[in-house]
Amino acid sequence: MTKKKPLSDTPDWTFELLSEYQTEIERVAKHYRLDTYTNQIEVITAEQMMDAYAGVGMPIGYNHWTFGKKFIQTEQTYKRGRMGLAYEIVINSDPCISYLMEENSMTMQALVMAHACYGHNSFFKGNYLFKSWTDASSIIDYLLFAKNYIAECENKYGISEVESTIDACHALMNHGVDRYKRPQKISLEEELKRQKSREEYLQSQVNNLWRTLPDNELNKTKEKPKFPSEPQENILYFIEKNAPLLKPWQREIVRVIRKISQYFYPQKQTQVMNEGWACFWHYTILNHLYDEGLVTDKFMMEFLHNHTNVVAQPEYNSPHYSGINPYALGFNMFIDIRRICEHPTEEDKEWFPEFAGSNWLDTLHFAMENFKDESFISQYLSPKLIRDFKLFHIHDDDSQNFLEVSAIHNEQGYQKIRANLSNQYNLSNIETNIQIVEANVNGDRSLTLKYTPHQKVPLGDTKDEVIKHLHYLWQFDVKLTQEAENGDEIILSSCPVKEEEKN
Amino acid sequence: MANFIDRRLNSKNKSTVNRQRFLRRYKTQIKKSVSDAVTQRGVTNVDSGESIVIPKKDLSEPVFHQGKGGINDRVHPGNDQFSTGDRIERPPQGQGQGGGQGKASNSGEGDDDFVFSISKDEYLDLLFEDLELPNLEKSQLSKIVEYKTVRNGYCAEGIPSNIDIVKSLQGSIARRIAMTSSKRKQLKEYEKELALLEQAPHDDIQKMNLLKSEIQSLKEKISKVPFIDSFDLRYRNYAKQAIPTSRAVMFCLMDVSGSMDQATKDVAKRFYVLLYMFLTRTYQTIDVVYIRHHTQAKEVDEEEFFYSKETGGTIASTALELMDKIIKDRYNEKDWNIYGAQASDGDNWADDSPKCARILDKNILTVSRYFSYIEITQRPHQTLWNQYEDVAKTHSHFAMRKIKDVSDIYPVFRELFKKRSEQAA
Repeated sequence: MTKKKPLSDTPDWTFELLSEYQTEIERVAKHYRLDTYTNQIEVITAEQMMDAYAGVGMPIGYNHWTFGKKFIQTEQTYKRGRMGLAYEIVINSDPCISYLMEENSMTMQALVMAHACYGHNSFFKGNYLFKSWTDASSIIDYLLFAKNYIAECENKYGISEVESTIDACHALMNHGVDRYKRPQKISLEEELKRQKSREEYLQSQVNNLWRTLPDNELNKTKEKPKFPSEPQENILYFIEKNAPLLKPWQREIVRVIRKISQYFYPQKQTQVMNEGWACFWHYTILNHLYDEGLVTDKFMMEFLHNHTNVVAQPEYNSPHYSGINPYALGFNMFIDIRRICEHPTEEDKEWFPEFAGSNWLDTLHFAMENFKDESFISQYLSPKLIRDFKLFHIHDDDSQNFLEVSAIHNEQGYQKIRANLSNQYNLSNIETNIQIVEANVNGDRSLTLKYTPHQKVPLGDTKDEVIKHLHYLWQFDVKLTQEAENGDEIILSSCPVKEEEKN
Repeated sequence: MANFIDRRLNSKNKSTVNRQRFLRRYKTQIKKSVSDAVTQRGVTNVDSGESIVIPKKDLSEPVFHQGKGGINDRVHPGNDQFSTGDRIERPPQGQGQGGGQGKASNSGEGDDDFVFSISKDEYLDLLFEDLELPNLEKSQLSKIVEYKTVRNGYCAEGIPSNIDIVKSLQGSIARRIAMTSSKRKQLKEYEKELALLEQAPHDDIQKMNLLKSEIQSLKEKISKVPFIDSFDLRYRNYAKQAIPTSRAVMFCLMDVSGSMDQATKDVAKRFYVLLYMFLTRTYQTIDVVYIRHHTQAKEVDEEEFFYSKETGGTIASTALELMDKIIKDRYNEKDWNIYGAQASDGDNWADDSPKCARILDKNILTVSRYFSYIEITQRPHQTLWNQYEDVAKTHSHFAMRKIKDVSDIYPVFRELFKKRSEQAA
């Protein structure tokens, strides 16, 4: 192969140069069958990056004080030099928007383009969670709709009312997701069309539900069915449909927050995979360009320096240690999968008979498309990687006064470590399991929730505050219970606070 | 496929609204922080913003999360010493388990206060929210006394120094084009004719000569049109424009007799600081005149005003007389908005108090926008207060308040300047 003339490696980028690099990166990405949404690459300044930070990844956000707080925090830490800003932010939308920071060097811009515009972008388009839970083509429209709708509500009903409603919704945001049902995709036009009629319809439904007309005798004697018939995990959905006194616009706001929560749900579950995939591709694409002679040694040195920083994994006793670095784990797993395909050892053949020695690109695409962090780790974490990371498992039971090392990186420990690491990324273990078990629709209208602890881990001490927020939406008594070991029901928290509980 | 978009020139203050929302929500805490800070500032130090401290727990955004305890299974990297079955002593809280979820520390630890800065404008807005300068509207409408010279187009007459060269030459070009256009047209026609004749097979000498002389005379006529004419000249025109005066003078009057100790002076100083800052919001330039007095009054600078020590009795009327004199000498009431603030511990020579009231009533209050008297004392009121009370009854722009200690200053100040919408209505 004849060496091509290398692209300029000056530290200062220009739009022409960006475009040249982009063309080359795109060519290589195509070569590796990366299927992406159209890229929309926006160059922004550091200040604008801080704005983007404050919007928690939403390119268009409604107005709320929490974003102001986030912005002030970011600004403070950045200005004092305690924190650098990310090189890029990428939005799961179609076209896929990536923000590049103005002050990146040319090398960094190339890295970021390969990472975000082809790595993350192809992940957004290919992974099953994103495919089935989010609709990239309509998210920008929806966010715009949400922003305008909330602004309109503020005009009509006052900033304070709207703010309190959003506060309450934010507190319950993690409980506004259907974990098992796939939500429907809807476009903006439909959303707008349906919103008006939904408002009226919902209100009439609720009124029916709570109608206080005198019942006939027959009904009174009949045993009332329990409501809801099954426990509900999607608290915000339940509120939206059933809260007795919510105003129509409040229901719509609950819905907006719920939708946004749903949109971010896949991202929470694919952190390791998503970052790993993006790192793998910026590494592979830029190395490919280097092999073709398109980028210089100088370029590669700067690139590798940054790349190594990103995928570094400090050890457990390092002062920099703060858990497993998802970039490091993900990147190394994808590299390892490629190795198992290309140069399998005996061990690999025993552990991964289904793909050891297969076409690496097919295997990689399959892994990216069909897994989330939890299942990805339990499928693909190899003994070699466990040895490389020197992983060990600590069992911490607060009824004992010691910690136990229950598995290390040896033959007996591989399975256990893999299973436990996978569990660590299982959202249903990380997030609290709280469900609505009863709404006393025919009595005092009180709402009962139940906390089911995972491995006896108690609920954190913010529960009272959150219950207050829930009470704001439900507007009748709310209590949170937990089943004790002897089967008794204990009340963890309630709002308003009952007199007898205080004693 | 990729589109590049340069967003760098877009507005960068996308978060401004959210920042305002944040300030709005925490107004009570921020206001407290602001009023705490005001007692720590110098008199003319109004150019800086302020750091605001809010306890972090007030800012929390609660969500359900898992607490500490129960059974935790964690995988860590970098095993260098452990074997299966090893038992490790539980590390003290806050260490070892650093690998947990970032969420866990959301509320548990991190009791640091949330500190951030607000700009000078935001600071002053918060400090003086709901306050207004009394009688301001009236005075500004009734007193358009100062004039400013502004450019006002061009005119055909004026003095040589105001000639606008560009405009004049534009006129000259226009005039020359206008005056020569018919001749040029003629000239072109003749030249064309002449060219045709020259190419014609047989020469018509007579006609050619005729044409040549015509051309010659036309050219001369064109060149005789003057390059510049007095008709072309344009002069820059100026007009006088009335502007409302935006100057203020603030008189600080203080008793420095033996009975005023440094602590009392500091209280007075705080009050002057607030008044000064408040005035900066309305007026572009502010003169401050410091007058101190014991049995005699004297105009001094800031340093001497606050820190030099004097002893002796107290005759407050001397200060008022001096103020009156300075106003007459230097601060014409038509050009200046006059504010006065008098601070005292209430001691005055008993016979002098009626005189003070008289000077205020007759001379000072007639020309000033506002005059405030603060008495800094723990003791009951004395003659000066009683006399001033009569003055206050007849003048709405005279106010008097008693201050016991530093913490009273800001509330009293707010009380003095709070919006009197109910009165206006």
